[in-house]
Amino acid sequence: MNVLLDYLPEFREGFIGTVLLTLASGLLAMVLGVIIAGFRVSPVPPLRLFGTAWVTLFRNTPLTLLFLIVWFVLPVIFFPGLNPWMKALITLGCYTSAFVCEAVRSGITTVPLGQAEAARSIGMTFSQTLRLIILPQATRTVLPPLSSIFIALTKNSAIAGAFSVAELFSVQKLLSDKGYTIGWIFLWVALGYLVITFSISGLFRLLERRMGVAR
Amino acid sequence: MNLRKSAAVAATVAALALTATACGGESGNAGDKPAGGSGGKNQPKLPTYTVAKDVKVDSPTLKKAQKAGKIVFGAKDDQPFLGFQDTDGKRSGFDIEIAKMVAADLGFKPDQIEFKTVDSNVRETTISKGEVDLYVGTYTINDERKKQVGFAGPYFMAGADLLVRADEKGVTGPDSLKGKTVCSIKGSTPLQEIKKPKYGAKTVELSKYSECVQQLLNNEVDAVTTDDAILKGYAAQRPTKLKVVGKPFTKEPYGIGMNKDDKALRDAVNNAIEAHEKNGDYKKAYDATLGLSKSAYTEPPALERY
Repeated sequence: MNVLLDYLPEFREGFIGTVLLTLASGLLAMVLGVIIAGFRVSPVPPLRLFGTAWVTLFRNTPLTLLFLIVWFVLPVIFFPGLNPWMKALITLGCYTSAFVCEAVRSGITTVPLGQAEAARSIGMTFSQTLRLIILPQATRTVLPPLSSIFIALTKNSAIAGAFSVAELFSVQKLLSDKGYTIGWIFLWVALGYLVITFSISGLFRLLERRMGVAR
Repeated sequence: MNLRKSAAVAATVAALALTATACGGESGNAGDKPAGGSGGKNQPKLPTYTVAKDVKVDSPTLKKAQKAGKIVFGAKDDQPFLGFQDTDGKRSGFDIEIAKMVAADLGFKPDQIEFKTVDSNVRETTISKGEVDLYVGTYTINDERKKQVGFAGPYFMAGADLLVRADEKGVTGPDSLKGKTVCSIKGSTPLQEIKKPKYGAKTVELSKYSECVQQLLNNEVDAVTTDDAILKGYAAQRPTKLKVVGKPFTKEPYGIGMNKDDKALRDAVNNAIEAHEKNGDYKKAYDATLGLSKSAYTEPPALERY
């Protein structure tokens, strides 16, 4: 118990770090994921190819390996001097975007084809069809899988702790190094994660209630 | 469909190519010469230690080890010349030699020593749970740790220093770090020091020193900080690319960790260290390991018996 009170600032900083990293990379993953999903259902073959390659690459590479690549390979080839936080954001964002993309795409396929054909027949372009007709209907279906993806992202952000980002899980490393009982530290850290993941599932339950499919 | 297949193949190939670069390809991932003290022509030879017979010490840890016919040492595996494990599983370095000396005096032959790699942040847990009998691996003695483990030693006096690129002019010591980026591993003692506002340095915390050294070679950080003994090992691996600043700014007395209440074992290990310091084994071991990294020999610090 006292380890929490003694090191409240560290725990708070770690908690806020995890929340910020999850929010920021979740946002990036959402934006990228929807764009890539659009690529994958578009009528343009090179875009489809790019989308498929993106998903294949990021969905099948272990996250720790991606972190290592972003830390040790990327700076040598393209972007030297990114700070650790940006590196974590890019890695988690791209990795999670592949999962978001597939969830969104599965939502798109649930929209009856007639909807898209109707939109085409009144003269909408592909991007208009996607934006105004298909995605709004797909949203309802993708909420449950998206909620799982963001909960997974919260826990995945712990890996960033090993790469110089202050987050909840690295608090454990710091305190067990100082020599506190591991059991207590883990309990508090786990509770911190629970608070975040429960908030996410609660938020999505709200969204589902408001936009869920009425069948 | 064909298009899809080839895309998947292309992506996989790209991923593999990236992976390949991640674990090699950088110049000098392996050093200019194999790390550790084996091989080489004019290199000082490692000493051999006389194994004591019929050791009787009233220590629960030791009795358990004698019954098992082997003694378990915790160690590091990624510190050239200090505590290093080669790809073939062979361990070498100064800390490893210290372990062998102590084991010999406790009555264990080299083939009766089992080494386990133990990460810095779980050292106390591993020792107090009895997963290792003794721990030798750049383990700084301090009061916080003394609450949980017993220490024999100190057998070596290290100090936090800075490793920089060989052409670095800007970093001359800890006071020249304003606005520079310094890398070290999470929770290490020198990092706590460098984080103090008076130095004004930015810090990067990774989980292995080798990762920090890679960042330094990639120009991503300006310096790596940890105990000079460790840094000199890396500098010796790449003498053309890296150098140690040579201005130690902390004192890190290295001790051998063990069960907190096992005073009999603590005394026995202290006696062993003292004996080997006196008979010259200690200096020979140093010359054949850390000494190769051009760091000058210093007399061992006085033992702290309690």
